[in-house]
Amino acid sequence: MTLKFSLFSAAVVSVLAPMAWAERGTDGQVNIIYWQAPSLLNPYLSGGIKEQEAASLILEPLARYNETGTMVPWLVDTLPTVENGGVSGDLTSITWQLSEGLMWSDGSPLTSADVKFTWEYCTAEGGGCAQIEKYGGVASVETPDARTVVVNFDGPKPFPYTAFVGAQAPIIQAAQFADCLGPKAPECTDANFRPIGTGPFVVTDFRPNDVIQYEANPYYRDPAKPAFAKVLFKGGGKADDAGRAVLETGEFDYAWNLQLAPEVIASMQAAGHGKTVLGFGTLVERIMINLSDPSAELGEERATRAHPHPVLSHKAVRQALSMAIDRASLVDIGYGAAGRMTCNVLPAPPEYASSANDACMTRDVAGANALLEQAGWIKGADGIRAKDGMRLSLLFQSSTNAVRQDFQAIIKQWWSEIGVETELRNISANVFFGSDPGSPDTFQKFFADVEMYANNFDGTDPEAYMAGWSCAQIPAPENQWQGNNMPRFCSEDYDALVAEMQQTSDLGKRAELAKAMNDMLMQEFVILPLVDRGRVSAHANSLGGVILNTWDSELWNIADWHRNKSN
Amino acid sequence: MLTYTIRRLLLAIPTLLFIALVIFLLLELAPGDPMAQVPLTVPSEVKEQMRDALGLGEPTHIRFGKWMWQFFVIEPMVWSDATFGTDYATGKQRVISWQTRSAVMDIVVQRLPQTLWVVALSYVVGILIALPIGIYSAYRQYSVFDQVGTFVTMVGYSVPPFFSGVLVIVIFSVHLGWLPSIYDTTHRVVDWDSFVIQLRQMVMPVMVLALQTTAQISRFMRASMLDNLNQDYVRTARAKGLRESTVVMVHVLRNSMIPVVSVIALGVPQIFGGAIITEQIFKVNGLGQLLITAIQANDVPMVQTVTFMLAILIVTFNIIADLLYGVLDPRIRYE
Amino acid sequence: MSDPLFKAAPRSQWRDVWDQLKRHRGAMAGAAVFIFILGLVFLGPSLWSIDPAYIDIRARNQGPSLTHPFGTDQLGRDTLARMMAGGQTSIAVGLSAMLLSLGLGSFIGVIAGYFRRLDGPLMRLTDLFLSLPLLPLLLVMVMLFREALSQRFGPETGIFILIVCAIGLTSWMPTARIVRSDVLALKEREFILAARSVGTTNTAMITRHILPNVMSPIVVSAALGIANAIITESALSFLGLGFPPDFPTWGRLLNDATVYVQDYPERVFWPGLAISLTVLSINYLGDGLRDALDPRIRGR
Repeated sequence: MTLKFSLFSAAVVSVLAPMAWAERGTDGQVNIIYWQAPSLLNPYLSGGIKEQEAASLILEPLARYNETGTMVPWLVDTLPTVENGGVSGDLTSITWQLSEGLMWSDGSPLTSADVKFTWEYCTAEGGGCAQIEKYGGVASVETPDARTVVVNFDGPKPFPYTAFVGAQAPIIQAAQFADCLGPKAPECTDANFRPIGTGPFVVTDFRPNDVIQYEANPYYRDPAKPAFAKVLFKGGGKADDAGRAVLETGEFDYAWNLQLAPEVIASMQAAGHGKTVLGFGTLVERIMINLSDPSAELGEERATRAHPHPVLSHKAVRQALSMAIDRASLVDIGYGAAGRMTCNVLPAPPEYASSANDACMTRDVAGANALLEQAGWIKGADGIRAKDGMRLSLLFQSSTNAVRQDFQAIIKQWWSEIGVETELRNISANVFFGSDPGSPDTFQKFFADVEMYANNFDGTDPEAYMAGWSCAQIPAPENQWQGNNMPRFCSEDYDALVAEMQQTSDLGKRAELAKAMNDMLMQEFVILPLVDRGRVSAHANSLGGVILNTWDSELWNIADWHRNKSN
Repeated sequence: MLTYTIRRLLLAIPTLLFIALVIFLLLELAPGDPMAQVPLTVPSEVKEQMRDALGLGEPTHIRFGKWMWQFFVIEPMVWSDATFGTDYATGKQRVISWQTRSAVMDIVVQRLPQTLWVVALSYVVGILIALPIGIYSAYRQYSVFDQVGTFVTMVGYSVPPFFSGVLVIVIFSVHLGWLPSIYDTTHRVVDWDSFVIQLRQMVMPVMVLALQTTAQISRFMRASMLDNLNQDYVRTARAKGLRESTVVMVHVLRNSMIPVVSVIALGVPQIFGGAIITEQIFKVNGLGQLLITAIQANDVPMVQTVTFMLAILIVTFNIIADLLYGVLDPRIRYE
Repeated sequence: MSDPLFKAAPRSQWRDVWDQLKRHRGAMAGAAVFIFILGLVFLGPSLWSIDPAYIDIRARNQGPSLTHPFGTDQLGRDTLARMMAGGQTSIAVGLSAMLLSLGLGSFIGVIAGYFRRLDGPLMRLTDLFLSLPLLPLLLVMVMLFREALSQRFGPETGIFILIVCAIGLTSWMPTARIVRSDVLALKEREFILAARSVGTTNTAMITRHILPNVMSPIVVSAALGIANAIITESALSFLGLGFPPDFPTWGRLLNDATVYVQDYPERVFWPGLAISLTVLSINYLGDGLRDALDPRIRGR
């Protein structure tokens, strides 16, 4: 079958449109473009978001998050809770009841054995499963009957919805992956490229790092869906090319994650072919402050807790750095509508967001100068403040990305207004975010004074995310520089809160603890949150049913996508 | 000349083995982590387990030996199995990419059609335009044709593809709407209509790439022709009463081709190395895009295999160029 | 110099070349443009005193005006000031990297072509360098040398040396291959035989007879090389291996402006024009030099 560009298929579509969503496969083809190309379709072998989202058309979890971050049943009829008896009173097991009549795309029934196998697959020794964290604490999975799955934990699990939930942990078919356990996982090329799933589409052609073709799953549970007969999923290039293909030339129907300057998106949208959709999650662009001394003379002990930072160990300096930043302007310049000011490293969900730190929203240069003056940092002849021979001169590193470099330049200028000198450095993202212990430029080694990047957490539960700033998580040579505590922040009080949250099951209490941790980090100014970043994607005007979801795969509801009738 | 050829081919083997070792060690030394693109939400212990699953735990010399064995023994077996239906390679471990967990060679083969359609074709187009421009510019040095040719090719060369690619897309796809901005690698040419579609999607990347080739080769052609046009043998040939076209197109051209052949031979392996930026802009996703994504993802087996294949081509085409010198100018002697 | 023919000459060869070059209109025009660009980027900042790094958030994305003749960029920095600052870096990097790559390439090419015994090893070395994957090679270079160079020469000079070496060391191979092929053919010409028969030493042979006759490909490589070096520099900075991100260069300005090509086309125009003009002027200057070095054309 020959594929044509939508320049041509537009004509076909307009003929088909009047019958839209009447029955399965009546709306022709939908073209999706991701500027990062998926390299396989097994989310357990790649932790990458692009792979997860491409696989989410095929593979489905038992439950997933909707656009508001609420959990919804997916392959089950009801969410198990303590109230309905699905979760045991002592929080050590959860029972899922599969919906009736679910079929794999090869026509065989989905059973509880497949669910159990999924757990075995990810936890098999030597498989290198990327989502093993999702199955952490699972002691055993029982299958009393073909539709019932009982997950037993090795202790009370206050938040039992990690295994088999979300786009990261979907159910795979036991029959297909039976011979792919552990070290044999990479040998199953065909299964990794063409997994059999329960989702609305099946793969017909997979070309790694290039293009994927799907067609409607004949055994999909809803006979009227999906409306599209085919999906073309193209990968590669850059965000601006992808945006152009949807918003300006109309060749594609959906473009993922347009990380572009607001004025660029606005002018693309003016062409009238499509519109952008926006959603906020937990992604925060932040500056991390190094509390340890990164100077090269220290050799092996560089950037470790053995040597406190000569300048940034002083809280007044850190606070002044935060006060000098105009977060409103950063949002304007870098993200426009796709960003919001934030003073918290934990900005969402709403019940977890603190309001104790909102003073950072207004820039206060005079205050910052006064604070430094008071702390004894006096301006020298060159306009740079110093105290006891220590100059306020910082190395500011970040990954290569147009918006980040703009931010670096502008923050450098703001800091110069309070007498702080800044040297900028940008590092290619694959080196910066790589954890090669041999490279001096990783964000974990942090051989700089301050660094900027963005991070978020999976799902809606921030326990693991907040635990990242405990003493045990400090990257150091002893742990091959692994760990999430980039500022090298270490406080007994904080660690106590982390331990308490791990034991607490009451959601209200958990939120309180998370807020307390967030406030401690913010008020110590070891992390300077800048922008709460939203996700911007774009779709053609003729494409209906798109609901942007930042808590799960963006393509989570592709079964409901359709051609608008009025086109 | 035959002994020379055989000697060069034999010498190529240790050269290539040495190059393979250097490539391997270089990638070993280069900073990078195959888990760099895994989101930060995946904990570091999990990444460590994923790294172990890739076989990164083994010592360097064993991995080098394995790779060489897979490349020179097992991959040819696989090829033989596929071509002659033999059964040598069953159950043997091939060179496996870390990103896709599939055989590197399969992906390379998958990428060949678009690389040949776009990159190779643009090279041929570039040469075909460049040679006449170079010859005529030299023959009529400082004529209007020469001046315009110089201007256009040098400006064309100064404008990098990351800009010219976007520019042609904005003009021909966005404003005029004539050509698709994204190359469809799944497109198959089966009849005239599909051939026209293929042509339309090829035009822009081919032109952007051909501009660079044309600029380079026409400049060298022109310079080399100028060197030869004033030689004594040209005067002799004209004095003999040979026609002007014979003098220029046979005598002068043949002698002028020597440096140009070097340039052309240097460019051929680059076709297979792909055109990274142009491929990315038009989403051609050929070998260039394969190599750059592999480098970005630190997919070492993929990077070393593709670069080593390029090394084989480089060595081969340089031998071919050396042999061609002798054909073009019989006075060049080989030991 | 033991060559009796040249000893007898009343005027030196280079004097003749200079006289010829002066009469070459293209070369003079090229030189004038190049000097004009040099003057603009090196002396300009003393007349146009806006700091190229100064960000004025209220003046973002402005078109040409009296206060900003070339407009401002997305952060409100003055484009004219950035063009001048960028030109200093781009021209310095472009020229030095081009000279390094040309010097290395011509040296290896001539030696390999002339001395048969060195041909094999040198050309295998060329093969090796052609085969090495560029990006990992550059990453290794930065990892090994960035810290050491910045400590010895200070951060900016250190990075400058690193970039020039990185570009020079990875781009000499085509020049070497081309020059060698020319030398191979040249070596068999009658005038070389004649020179050899009068006892010309190898050094004299190379500097007096071989080099002037392989100037054509070298000159072409020079013009192409400077364009390459300017663009490669911006690619390096992008990888985080070049200058700090707030350091403007023409390549980076062009790259940053590409995404704005539809809304603010003037922003790509200026760096594009500057790079093209520089390359063209070097090209014409090179053409003139080549003509001037050809004794058959000389005096026509």
